[in-house]
Amino acid sequence: MSARAGRHMWVAQRVTAMFLGVAVLVHLVTIMVAVRGGLSATEILGRTQGATGWFAFYAAFALAAGLHGAIGLRNIAMEWLGWRGRGFDMAWLGIGVVTALFGIRAAWGLYAS
Amino acid sequence: METVPKGEKAQDTLKVRVWRGDAAGGEFREYAVPARENQTVLDVVTQIQREQEPDLAYRFACRVGMCGSCAMEVNGRARWTCRTHVKRVAAPGEALEIRPLANLPVIRDLATDMAPFFDKWARAGGTFQPKDAPDGAVPAEFSVVPPESKQRREADAGIECIGCGVCYASCDIVAWNPDYLGPAAMNRAWTLVNDVRDGARRERLEAVSGDAGCHSCHSTQSCTERCPKNLDPSSAIAGLKRTLFWDSLWGRLR
Ligand code: HEM
Ligand code: SF4
Ligand code: SF4
Ligand code: FES
Repeated sequence: MSARAGRHMWVAQRVTAMFLGVAVLVHLVTIMVAVRGGLSATEILGRTQGATGWFAFYAAFALAAGLHGAIGLRNIAMEWLGWRGRGFDMAWLGIGVVTALFGIRAAWGLYAS
Repeated sequence: METVPKGEKAQDTLKVRVWRGDAAGGEFREYAVPARENQTVLDVVTQIQREQEPDLAYRFACRVGMCGSCAMEVNGRARWTCRTHVKRVAAPGEALEIRPLANLPVIRDLATDMAPFFDKWARAGGTFQPKDAPDGAVPAEFSVVPPESKQRREADAGIECIGCGVCYASCDIVAWNPDYLGPAAMNRAWTLVNDVRDGARRERLEAVSGDAGCHSCHSTQSCTERCPKNLDPSSAIAGLKRTLFWDSLWGRLR
């Protein structure tokens, strides 16, 4: 693996970590607001259906979490299992994107249903 | 005959376990040396070599903490043996255990092959590349570097490295990834990144980036904790990461 790819992975992990830090706060505040007076499906859908801003937020949240987690696990696998090289890196990025797609699909469900 | 300084009992002995062997393998052997009120670990090894085992291989030169050649593992920790007093590492009556430096190939007994360590130093761009004097020529003008400037202070903080390899032998990442450049080489690179007279900043930053470089460091600080010169390679590496982060984001490095 080239030094440049390793550096870009590192930068991507830190940038996603920064975003996740803010996103988790937004998420927690939303949860606290949402559960006041009980949680109902209609109430949630009322907030998210057709709300492009919320969809963009949750999609970015899922993408950041997917990439961040996969890169972190990649680093651990490199050290502990010796899984190094371009092939492994591509596989981890694939795992990250697939994980993110699950989250994005869920967000799309809330947006478009 | 050993001369016994006044006030010490001649029969006091210190037990020492010394690793004997070569690249193919080896084992600990036990020795007994006269216990002294003031003796360094290097004194003990020298006593064994001079009086008991003439073929014991080890390395030293200056005996005063300047050359960096005498490092060994003493009771499980890498140390500079010429400046390590026995009483600081072993309680009275406790034995000493001396092994060759970890994370480096053994040549014989306590002497390791330092070539990988210095090769990485070179790979990390450890050579000064004068900006205004290519090919190492003497520049026409002296550079003026204000002592209070931030960069000068960053460079000063890491400049006293004696290349002993104690940090290298104490780093888990070196043990896990044989390609990892290690703390000393990157500490050196950071001093040069901060040297305003140097013209190879970009190449050097590229050389220390990625999984064999600063991005694999976990900031666990064993290097900083054990460096006998009280340098802080861990912070130097953090400085490299910080610089590379912004240079990558702003596209100064692709
Ligand atoms: C939700 C908010 C999150 C934040 C703010 C966050 C933040 C961070 C930060 C700052 C690091 C770097 C630590 C270091 O410098 O060594 C890190 C590493 C890591 N993160 Fe996260 N993280 C979050 C979520 C997650 C999630 C959901 C996973 C899921 C698998 C994850 C997996 C990892 C792993 C495995 C590492 C270790 C990487 C390494 O040692 O190089 N993180 N995280
Ligand atoms: S701080 Fe980094 S270089 Fe120093 S011992 Fe820990 S991992 Fe190794
Ligand atoms: S940084 Fe410290 S421990 Fe490492 S080689 Fe230099 S002097 Fe020795
Ligand atoms: S012999 Fe020179 S530093 Fe120990």
